[in-house]
Amino acid sequence: MRLSYPTFIKIIKVPCTGRVDVLTLLKAFESGVDGAYVAGCMEGECHFLKGNIRARRRVEYAKTLLAEVGIEPERLEMYNLSAAQGQRFAAIANEMAEKIRGLGPSPLKKAKAAFVA
Amino acid sequence: MTQSNIERLLEKGVFVVTSECGPPKGADAEAVRKKGSLLKGVVDAVNVTDNQTSVVRMSSFASCLILKEMGFDPILQMVCRDRNRIAIQSDILGAAAHGINNILCLSGDHQSFGDHPGGKNVFDIDSMQLIQTVRTMRDEGRLIGGEEVKGRPNLFIGAAENPFADPFEIRAMRLGKKVKAGCQFLQTQCIYNLEKFGKWMEMVRERGLHEKCAILAGVTPLKSAGMARYMKTSVPGMDVPDELIDRLKGVPKEKQAEEGVKICVEMIQQLKEVPGVRGVHIMAIEWEEKVAEIAKAAGLSPRPEA
Amino acid sequence: MIVGNRKPFEEILEMVKPFKKILLLGCRECITVCAAGGEREVGVLASELKMARAKDGQEIEVKEFTLERQCDYEYIDQIKPFLDEYEAVVSMACGAGIQYTAERYPQKIVLPAINTTFLGVTLEQGVWSERCQGCGECVLHLTGGVCPVARCAKSLFNGPCGGSSNGKCEVNKDTDCAWQLIVDRLKTLGQLDRYEDIIPAKDWKVSRDGGPRTRVREDLRLG
Repeated sequence: MRLSYPTFIKIIKVPCTGRVDVLTLLKAFESGVDGAYVAGCMEGECHFLKGNIRARRRVEYAKTLLAEVGIEPERLEMYNLSAAQGQRFAAIANEMAEKIRGLGPSPLKKAKAAFVA
Repeated sequence: MTQSNIERLLEKGVFVVTSECGPPKGADAEAVRKKGSLLKGVVDAVNVTDNQTSVVRMSSFASCLILKEMGFDPILQMVCRDRNRIAIQSDILGAAAHGINNILCLSGDHQSFGDHPGGKNVFDIDSMQLIQTVRTMRDEGRLIGGEEVKGRPNLFIGAAENPFADPFEIRAMRLGKKVKAGCQFLQTQCIYNLEKFGKWMEMVRERGLHEKCAILAGVTPLKSAGMARYMKTSVPGMDVPDELIDRLKGVPKEKQAEEGVKICVEMIQQLKEVPGVRGVHIMAIEWEEKVAEIAKAAGLSPRPEA
Repeated sequence: MIVGNRKPFEEILEMVKPFKKILLLGCRECITVCAAGGEREVGVLASELKMARAKDGQEIEVKEFTLERQCDYEYIDQIKPFLDEYEAVVSMACGAGIQYTAERYPQKIVLPAINTTFLGVTLEQGVWSERCQGCGECVLHLTGGVCPVARCAKSLFNGPCGGSSNGKCEVNKDTDCAWQLIVDRLKTLGQLDRYEDIIPAKDWKVSRDGGPRTRVREDLRLG
């Protein structure tokens, strides 16, 4: 469709969002990302039946863990869309990018910067 | 027989009247005397609650002594929540030594309801075993550990039952167990649903329990429609029929208390007619001044000589 | 299985404040089944600690290691080769395991990351419920298989109390009244007449009240 979305968004493909573990999400932030989102199929349309439902539960749980650590839970989100929704895919990417821009760099990065200085 | 006033009166076939005193949240003996003075000449015996709803108050034992000084025959309420069998038997001996003649054996509200929800849950023995304990000490002169008791506590043993709690089908069976354990008189949870109470009494009579144990029907006057609704929805094991709430709602707010008292009096009059009911236990929580009025209106005044 | 909850994160973070190198020790048995201290939870806690410390501009090195069990020296000894490299051990085992690790290495600071709670069962994935208190004298044959000690809030042996309402306990409307369960079960088993029996006062000597307990099988001792 050649719609544009920000280049700093890295896409990691999984066969089903049910494959995404809580630890995977934490590790992403540990490595220094400013934001992450999980894009799964529409609820009720999961090829593996409940994979996207499990993903949502895990995203909600991971948000609480991020909050515990002192990282804004809004940096992590879950979205549901169908593979055919190119427009929505781009819109979500832009929406998330906008939100993260507003929040600024991850607190971990800021801390590293302070430490180095 | 014990020196208990209500035991003596029940023996004579008198319809007895008991009520309750809630001790203060402090060391002020005068607070107990004040409440006591409202009941002088109105009751045959008076209960003192034992840290009811797990809220710390002056001990039942201490309050009973103050009331005894005033000429009452107090009923020591004892719960199993706060004391183990050593302290329980010790307190029983102490109460008897001071001339307290009646004991009401209860499980006790869970400590999570009160002001010290973090307190340890004792329940070394339950209310059933407590009844057995008092009976063993009194009739066999033994502690439940086997040791001999020199100077037996001569106490009239009572318990409580809730005809409206679940499971309903075993409530009369449970009373049967209590009677087997040694229960001689029983105070019920306050009654608003006469029909259900009637059903329970039927089951009780079927088992002949009304002959072995004196059942005192519990009543509590409602102050307002709001109170009735609160009791219906927020107090466990309470059965308040909607007709009663409607009856109170149908009366202007300033008249609701008066109506509540009227309902209570009518309730007592109907309960008097239920075979097997041998007395009434009027619980007017924080409204003790109404007990005298209710007893009088229900034709229960004056009381026979102590 | 033994069930526990991970301690609140702030509490654990506070405990490890003085340390720069810790060994985070999980256990593959009960605490894995209740998803509190197994390999996964070790991974999650390690990640959280590293992030929280990074946020404050401090580093922390966390070695993740999960033992088969922490209640047997045979397994605890597996950490011996590298234990000295770490300033403290944060254990995600149950209280027994945490203690045993500390007993084995008394010179090592061993910190609890778990609040051990009860002996229980899996109701469904993600939900565990208390069933046993280890009271030392099982009465399940008298109560149709439902424990009055562990499941009744007042541990009544001749319940229910007057607070039982619609099969629920007065303490919590989501908690079943144990005595309702007992009566129902006795009915199903055709044993409701058992309800009439008064169960006498329990001998608490055989429970923890009598003092910490030991079990011995002489025939199994190698001497």
